[in-house]
Amino acid sequence: MNILVCIKQVPDTTEIKINPETNTLIRQGVPSIVNPFDTYALEMAARLKDAAGGEITVITMGPEQAANALRECLAAGADKAYLVNDAAFAGSDTLATSKILAKVCEKTGPFDIIFCGKQAIDGDTGQVGPELAEYLDMAQITNISELELSGAGIKGKKEFGDGYEVVEARLPAVVTVTKTLYEPRYPTIKSKMAARRAQIDKITFADLELEADSIGLKGSPTRVKKTFVPQAKGNGVIIQNEPADTAARKLVALLGENKLV
Amino acid sequence: MENYLLMTEEQKELVGMLRAILEKELAPIIEEYDELGEYPMHVHEILCEAGFSAAMIPEAYGGLGLSQETLAILNEEMGKFDAGFGCSFSFACGGIKTVLLAGTEEQKQYYADRILNGGISCTCITEPEAGSDVAALRTTAVKDGEEYIINGTKAFISNGPIADTFTVLAVTDKEKGTRGMSIFIVEKERGVKVGKKENKMGIRMSPTSEVIFDNVRVPAGNLVGNEGEGFKIFMKSLVRSRPLIMSFAVGIAQKALDLSTAYAKERKTFGSPIIKNQGVSFLLADMEIQIQAARNLILYAARCADAGMDLTSASASAKTFASEMAMKVTTDAVQVFGGYGYSKEYPVEKLMRDAKIFSIFEGTNQIQRVILGGYLAKK
Amino acid sequence: MGQLSDYKNIWVFIELDNGTPKSVGLELVAAGKELASETKEQVVAVVIGSRAEEAAQIAIEHGADSAVIVDSAEYASYSTDAYTNAMTQLVDKYQPSVILIGATTNGRDLGPRLACRLQTGLTADCIALAMDGETGNLEWTRPAFSGNLMATIVCERTRPQIGTIRPGVFKKNLPEQGRTGRVVVETISTPSEKIRTKIIEFVKNAEDGGIQLKDADIIVSGGRGLGSAENFSYIRNLAAVLGAAVGASRATVDAGWIPYSHQVGQTGKTVRPKVYIACGISGAIQHRAGMSDADTIIAINKDPDAPVFSIADYGIVGDLFEILPVLTEEFSRLKRE
Repeated sequence: MNILVCIKQVPDTTEIKINPETNTLIRQGVPSIVNPFDTYALEMAARLKDAAGGEITVITMGPEQAANALRECLAAGADKAYLVNDAAFAGSDTLATSKILAKVCEKTGPFDIIFCGKQAIDGDTGQVGPELAEYLDMAQITNISELELSGAGIKGKKEFGDGYEVVEARLPAVVTVTKTLYEPRYPTIKSKMAARRAQIDKITFADLELEADSIGLKGSPTRVKKTFVPQAKGNGVIIQNEPADTAARKLVALLGENKLV
Repeated sequence: MENYLLMTEEQKELVGMLRAILEKELAPIIEEYDELGEYPMHVHEILCEAGFSAAMIPEAYGGLGLSQETLAILNEEMGKFDAGFGCSFSFACGGIKTVLLAGTEEQKQYYADRILNGGISCTCITEPEAGSDVAALRTTAVKDGEEYIINGTKAFISNGPIADTFTVLAVTDKEKGTRGMSIFIVEKERGVKVGKKENKMGIRMSPTSEVIFDNVRVPAGNLVGNEGEGFKIFMKSLVRSRPLIMSFAVGIAQKALDLSTAYAKERKTFGSPIIKNQGVSFLLADMEIQIQAARNLILYAARCADAGMDLTSASASAKTFASEMAMKVTTDAVQVFGGYGYSKEYPVEKLMRDAKIFSIFEGTNQIQRVILGGYLAKK
Repeated sequence: MGQLSDYKNIWVFIELDNGTPKSVGLELVAAGKELASETKEQVVAVVIGSRAEEAAQIAIEHGADSAVIVDSAEYASYSTDAYTNAMTQLVDKYQPSVILIGATTNGRDLGPRLACRLQTGLTADCIALAMDGETGNLEWTRPAFSGNLMATIVCERTRPQIGTIRPGVFKKNLPEQGRTGRVVVETISTPSEKIRTKIIEFVKNAEDGGIQLKDADIIVSGGRGLGSAENFSYIRNLAAVLGAAVGASRATVDAGWIPYSHQVGQTGKTVRPKVYIACGISGAIQHRAGMSDADTIIAINKDPDAPVFSIADYGIVGDLFEILPVLTEEFSRLKRE
């Protein structure tokens, strides 16, 4: 099976802090990680490869340092990696990004199945997977926690709030992956060392058949008009330094006064 | 920031990998397994799968052939989580060491394969009547045709209860004292029996027991080196591995210091955090000094081993200093915690219990001093 | 795509749950009405699926000015291919300016597929909307960086402007019984060869005998501070008295103290109850991503610096093992009175 996993290097949002003066995010010094949903996607892909054989290619569109994220994936089950990187791609929204990635798939594929994490924890849009599927004219199953081969295609466990659907899809298909019951495999020392030495090819604008105005800012129908830090509620009434039963009764009284419970 | 600033990129990556696994798999179960006195095999297996059991095996036999220095750094990291686990993991791979020094190529590959396929080894020297006094060894190996028959009881053997491959020192010629001892590879399936598990003060995750050889037959091909060379080979091996085992003690001490510092910053008495009292901060400062010294003395011994230098002084010095340091540091850590430190609800009493063994096994500190005295006298 | 000015009206996708409109569609009808009043446009409900006519009626009673429905066998259950095809053909014919879709699992499955086919902009998981009456450009506001940052997005050069909106952000209007509006039936077929997915079955989560998180007005949630699986009894006792659902932080689920179905947070469920009581939960970003939209947040934690206190409306710094039993008893007493 020819398998593709699309990943993104993201800041570790648990480490993000807000600059109280400028009211913007402090990204300096925030460690970069492979998007957690993408690590589940890669593990799902690796298990599929264990069962059905084949090869896993991992790609990411990002700056030079995103190559580190690719190497982590090479150490955890991927066989080949490409870094999609060019100044011309900067400013692309999800539609433009998906267009670029679709061209990359055409160049490095064809693929039987494409795995994406359900959403990136920085952008949180969850749009690239389905848009990529549309550009490539592939079937899609989103939000799956499990996958197996089934007849001529695949069967995915699509998660809903109150249960799950078992959905069959013909191949080729794009799947987006949510948290799986299993954890991603640990890299081995050998695979880590091999990943460090591995060749990661770069794919630039010149390598793809794209119109300049279909990518970057020009190719993005959506535009960020402004960003702002949500007001922390703060100013809560916090009862401290009181014995438990007094504090608890005070709280109940407060809630009662404000008709909250 | 790391405590040792001179790690190479590769060492940093390995420590990172090890830490990620231990934080996820070992940290949550330490209290439970220490209480039970059990070795968490599932964590052992995860580390083996990740390649850590191949660490000390040379590349020629399928291992990673990491340097002694790198192994010391990794051992310290393991020691920060649980020294008992670290010791057993190390001993599980370490039975191969004498074979690597003196065995045939066939024996080396054989033993390496056993470990790389998930096997667990253990080293059997000590007996009920022979600890420091190895000359008093009583386990015998008698030649019978193409086999040796081994009889005897070994005591306080780490990994006894869980091992499948035993590296055993036995007497082949009683008249010759230490020059009449030989090393044998003994597979469990040949009928090795294990006595009851010891209920120990510390490093409880490392299972310890008697190992009993009752007419156990091994082929002559299981003899490592020549008859009579066993004691010499073991001494050569132990002088190398001794400092690396002490790295676990450095890990214990570092953990004790980290916990004490965090506690001292939070705990208030007389209106301010106790770290503001020089009585406490000086204790912590002395811990820091001693830990740095021990760590670097061990790394010196490791580097000497990597460079093929004489290890007599470096090894005995590192062993003695680090083990005594760990005992002092953990005792002081309990002191910093005060009454809470004495309670099992807090993690420091375990560190003090764990530290004690390091002055006893791997050659007592008294014997280390005998060695150093003799070494200096001959200079 | 023609001229931007050719596109008119605000379309609301009415997602169905076994023939009944999901609440979010009706919420968006209300939201659509506010937006449409800025541009003097209409709100059109779009229903695809079985019993579409009934659902369209309900949408109209909740404020939609008219409805467009597509109802044939291939749309009985949601599928990406059938629904994207139907929506695309409707959009090509009617040229709506805006399409609002509930950010449910299927809403977020359909939105991007549709947006890509139409080569237009999509903004996902919005929590606020604002209309510029003059330009007809909608301002879509949504969280990014796991809720650490808000971004306001516009789609100025293409139409329709599409967005998925979080359920519960807007309130649906009270239905006006007997309110009427035009319902247009469109016949669009999607041949079965073009439908590349098939639902084999739906399996409901085993209910472990409690109120479901997503429906709960009150949630009592336990975190690592509980120390053990057994100690969830403190949470359950309080929840029972309050008629609340039981929630959990990821740490407790990972530790095996409570099933994953109770997990609230980024990799668990997002909840918007009236009251969320966080006990022994530090309030790390991932957890907050799942509950910060609750109307009232109450935190109980022994660490005064726990991040959860910065988003709490009320809180107690103290030992939950002492506080929770007293709370349980007090609420129990109030109930009896």
